[in-house]
Amino acid sequence: MTFSPALEEKFARILTIYPPGRQRSAVVPMLLYAQDEIGHVSQEVIDEIAHRVGIAPMQVDEVIGYYSMLHRKPLGKYHVQVCTNICCLLVGGQSLLEHASKTLGIGNKQVTADGLFSLEEVECMGACSWAPAIQVNYDFHHKVTPERLDRLIEDIRKAQGTKQVS
Amino acid sequence: MIYNEPSPLEVKVISQRFTLPNSAAIDTYLATDGYLAVKKALGMTPEAIIDEMKASNLRGRGGAGFPTGMKWSFVPRKTDKPRYIICNSDESEPGTCKDRLLMENDPHQLLEGMMIAGWTVGSNKGYVFIRGEYRYLIDIVDRAIAEAYERGFLGKNVFGSGWDFDIYTHTGAGAYECGEESALLESLEGKRGIPRLKPPFPAVVGAWQSPTLLNNCETFSAVPAILRMGGPAYAELGTPKNGGTRLFCISGHVNKPGVYELPLGFNLLRMIDEVCGGMRNGKKLKAVIPGGSSSPVLKAQECDVPMDFDSMAKLKTMAGSGGVVVLDEDTDIVQLAMRTMKFYQHESCGWCIPCREGTTWLKKILDRFHEGDGRSEDIPLIGELARNMLGRTFCALGDAAAMPTIGFIEKFRDEFEAHLLKTQDPQSPELIVL
Repeated sequence: MTFSPALEEKFARILTIYPPGRQRSAVVPMLLYAQDEIGHVSQEVIDEIAHRVGIAPMQVDEVIGYYSMLHRKPLGKYHVQVCTNICCLLVGGQSLLEHASKTLGIGNKQVTADGLFSLEEVECMGACSWAPAIQVNYDFHHKVTPERLDRLIEDIRKAQGTKQVS
Repeated sequence: MIYNEPSPLEVKVISQRFTLPNSAAIDTYLATDGYLAVKKALGMTPEAIIDEMKASNLRGRGGAGFPTGMKWSFVPRKTDKPRYIICNSDESEPGTCKDRLLMENDPHQLLEGMMIAGWTVGSNKGYVFIRGEYRYLIDIVDRAIAEAYERGFLGKNVFGSGWDFDIYTHTGAGAYECGEESALLESLEGKRGIPRLKPPFPAVVGAWQSPTLLNNCETFSAVPAILRMGGPAYAELGTPKNGGTRLFCISGHVNKPGVYELPLGFNLLRMIDEVCGGMRNGKKLKAVIPGGSSSPVLKAQECDVPMDFDSMAKLKTMAGSGGVVVLDEDTDIVQLAMRTMKFYQHESCGWCIPCREGTTWLKKILDRFHEGDGRSEDIPLIGELARNMLGRTFCALGDAAAMPTIGFIEKFRDEFEAHLLKTQDPQSPELIVL
């Protein structure tokens, strides 16, 4: 399989940055970048990356199971990650998660029927002093209130609607 | 950008550029003493640089507080093997959000620190290991690296010294455990982030079986300033054996939570009252978790204390990663203990049985206890389970889970007992164990 030209270029570069014979080192970055493009780590992606770094597909699979950001099943186009670790918990992170679940109509680690959103309760994401925090894909949002969360989701839905019409 | 207003009480050494326009750009860095320190270092012997680092009393900012100069001296320089410099930017200790600011606002300072380390130990390659969630920071650091290559500061013949040095970024993919240095190395090598048996320490056998110098992002970021101002001047900013300043990440129930650069030894109560504008909603202080979620809690009456590694150790806790979590009188300690354990249980890699089983059983018991199905014998059981994990694992994650739990149980036993009374249903039949 091939990836987009931009990603192919990135992969070609990544495979050169480790010492000779140590291309396996590229496996985690390649998996994450491939997931960003495809939406999840498919069996095809596993086979391809295993081939490129020179290890067995099962060795790649074993790596995937360890990392919480790597997903074998498709996520929503917008992956809403709500932190409920202690610093967020102290200022409303838990109720924010419950609110997000209600607004999106899905539970933890579920995807909406239209595939637009998925929700995940996550561990500390490094925004403790500006809690409660969420990440939508890779974008941080600090000091999130239930109202702000609703607006954010609404804005994404609206933007998506316009895109589909055009 | 910065996410909270600075405080006039801050002493800005490593955060001095944070508020400048285009602070991440190489020209901003060059206009504010940037890359002077590495030029100076290139005219010094490795021994002289290590002496300067030792004199600075800089201690590792990742959590362990190990003297940085000494760590640098452990890397063998007379070897045919390549040596590697690795920056640990896998910031994931709950309560900690400082490396983010360092990479976002001053990536060149980090690169310069890594270069100085590289020259000192005779390395030609450095990697910045950045947690996967910090994708935008990988882009920022990559841009800074590209700028440094364009100016000829990285690559072949750095500043005409005849020495070559390359730096690359490497992304993690979500694993607290990879902040532990040997687990980080496994992850860098494309494997599950399982800790290694030590010794040998990474300084001798690290990445790809070669000597490796691993420091936290904030530790490397302090190096250029130390070389510019001199080790002793940097040391003097802090307290004896605890040199310099650090970024304290203050969160929880204060009016102005934020990341503030303060000298080591800054009083904890002053941090809350003067830097952070006091407790939120006029509430009383109940306790503080002083150095990230792994550090045992301090009760309010213990908080009139200088925040440095040795003062925290005296109170049987840790200055850790600088994550200061402030708890007000309404905080539910049982819930906090439960949530803390849920985290460690999730992050335990499963390699060592005391950690894998200990965190799992502690989470089950704390969960049940918090839900209202607690039994009086649970309280000593939680303490016993946690104590049995201490010192019995390959890496510090087992200790990191056990220590705060022991702290909560010992210091707030009354709250666990009150929770039990409050939630016990007098109608429910007594549990009979046959």
